[in-house]
Amino acid sequence: MKEKNVSASSKVNSYRAGPDERGRFGIFGGRFVAETLMPLILDLEKAYDEAKNDPEFHAELTHLNTHYAGRPSPLYFAERLTEHLGGAKIYFKREELNHTGSHKINNCLGQIQLARRMGKTRIIAETGAGQHGVATATVCARFGLPCVVYMGATDVERQKPNVFRMKLLGAEVVPVTSGSGTLKDAMNEALRDWVTNVEDTYYLIGTVAGPHPYPAMVRDFQSVIGTETKKQILEMEGRLPDTLVACVGGGSNAMGLFHPFLDDSGVEIVGVEAGGHGIETGEHSASILGGSPGVLHGNRTYLLQNDDGQILEGHSISAGLDYPGIGPEHSWLSDIGRVKYVAATDKEALTAFQLCSKVEGIIPALEPAHALAHVTKLAPTLPKDHIIVVCLSGRGDKDVFSVAEYLGVKL
Amino acid sequence: MSTRLDKRFATLKSEGRPAFVTFITANDPDFDFSLELLKGLPGAGSDVIELGMPFTDPMADGPAIQASSQRALKGGATMKRTLELVRAFRDADNATPIVLMGYYNPIYHMGVTKFLEAATAAGVDGLIVVDLPPEEDDELCVPALEAGLNFIRLATPTTDDKRLPAVLANTSGFVYYVSITGITGSATPDTGKVASAVERIKRHTSLPVAVGFGIKTPEQAHAIAGAADGAVIGSAIVSAIADELNANGKPKVGAAARVLTQVRALADGVHSARAKAAE
Repeated sequence: MKEKNVSASSKVNSYRAGPDERGRFGIFGGRFVAETLMPLILDLEKAYDEAKNDPEFHAELTHLNTHYAGRPSPLYFAERLTEHLGGAKIYFKREELNHTGSHKINNCLGQIQLARRMGKTRIIAETGAGQHGVATATVCARFGLPCVVYMGATDVERQKPNVFRMKLLGAEVVPVTSGSGTLKDAMNEALRDWVTNVEDTYYLIGTVAGPHPYPAMVRDFQSVIGTETKKQILEMEGRLPDTLVACVGGGSNAMGLFHPFLDDSGVEIVGVEAGGHGIETGEHSASILGGSPGVLHGNRTYLLQNDDGQILEGHSISAGLDYPGIGPEHSWLSDIGRVKYVAATDKEALTAFQLCSKVEGIIPALEPAHALAHVTKLAPTLPKDHIIVVCLSGRGDKDVFSVAEYLGVKL
Repeated sequence: MSTRLDKRFATLKSEGRPAFVTFITANDPDFDFSLELLKGLPGAGSDVIELGMPFTDPMADGPAIQASSQRALKGGATMKRTLELVRAFRDADNATPIVLMGYYNPIYHMGVTKFLEAATAAGVDGLIVVDLPPEEDDELCVPALEAGLNFIRLATPTTDDKRLPAVLANTSGFVYYVSITGITGSATPDTGKVASAVERIKRHTSLPVAVGFGIKTPEQAHAIAGAADGAVIGSAIVSAIADELNANGKPKVGAAARVLTQVRALADGVHSARAKAAE
């Protein structure tokens, strides 16, 4: 909190100081929103600043994390995968064991507490694969608040189990047909709702994107992943890991794992983007590797866009990575070279999905299967005393139908 | 420095008339139709033209303008084509102000300096960029003012007295008051509330205040224009265009003339309202 007024670029001895008072990480981030929303995000920023300096807020959140979400999540030595790959020692940070089956609950519990503090009585959210929608619907059920989830019509069709889950939890799911009917359009529609219902509504954004303060706030709530990992690996190995690996769509699980380690110069950090059919085909969701800086959804960041600045549709086997942007802090970390961004293709993710299921008895979500795919390339090239921690951000139950389809299996 | 916008509003003020500000999306559904319509707008009573720069993700717009953006992009809209439209219009009309309205990314992607050069060369008078609040003024607003363009800011029902001076600080040409919390073409504004909001804004600025979002009929236009220095109508015109397209998305024969007839009816609504005695 003391770091608040120090600009990210001026404080060279820390990678953890950002954003600056304008919500910037270097040139990325900012507050590119319509005037109607500007007073709302300024209010939110103020409320969050107060909350994060309030020990009671942290105590409540810790209590919920422990007793409702099931934290801390284990750091698990993936012994058979390590043997199978024959190189570096691989640990899984088991975020898939959280309540609702992914890391998304970490952020939702934080933000719902904040929404209640602010006296908001209606919650809206966007969702792609449905994981964030389910987590939001869950916390709304827990606190008795009405919840509206915007979801692209295309995603509603391909993620039916999660749609039903949200409805069971009492949420209203609104299929979005505008634009291309996917996650970016769901986010547009949520913004349109927010701009209409300014008095009572809280927009619970699911990733480290959007206007300031969302990227920093969501990162802070997700940083529990990295903070726990650090403590756990020190207990288990007596030292920090050599490499961290996480998948990146918007990038919230990755930012949560990475952020507490950014100033540990010995830790190599790798974010894995969705390579789709391959970066060279143009059909991917790799905003950093295959995009360029632009402004969308309230922040400047790397975006998939054409020569005229029109936003392109991403493609990925994983609906959770299928977003044409990425959190602004990732864009900054890439530009300054602190984090290395690579891609894994649909096919590589699918292979890793099957491998992890078979050798570890853990069916991962397709999103972290991208991170695992990179680990399968990396681990064999490294010595046995090299420690890799990979964030297993979600479980794969939601994906078994689409994986079966990709593999040509009729259920 | 007096711009086309300043001159137009000064003339209207001297005549005691409110301004009728019309919005269409550039290249909706194609270049030729857009140009025909643009050329016809002043004759149909439009005092100021807002020309939408199509964008894939128009976050502040309702279904009508979203659809028009999609049609325009499908018809091959680019920033270059939008500016060509302005230039072609300017060749025949050197008095009617044209304000480009849209979102920042296509401008940012083109490069702010390059965009401002091209826009001024084409005959653009002002810019409305929805996702650039005063907090981001150094991005485009300040360079645009330096380039001699007007930068028109949106003030909204959530812009309170404390914030209003910051919103007005770098605004020029006119102030665009958004009559509702919401997206374009949605709820109908309450004339009483709009009137008091306009008065509140006028306590902070001598600029003209035009009101938009949600005005659909000549009657509503008449009521709102009576409470402000101008009324902005977009979704209703853009919907009229949509109604004049055939199954292939092409304009029917005589489409422009029929759209302009509807524009004329809206213009009559606006112009029959006496502007408030502008202090």
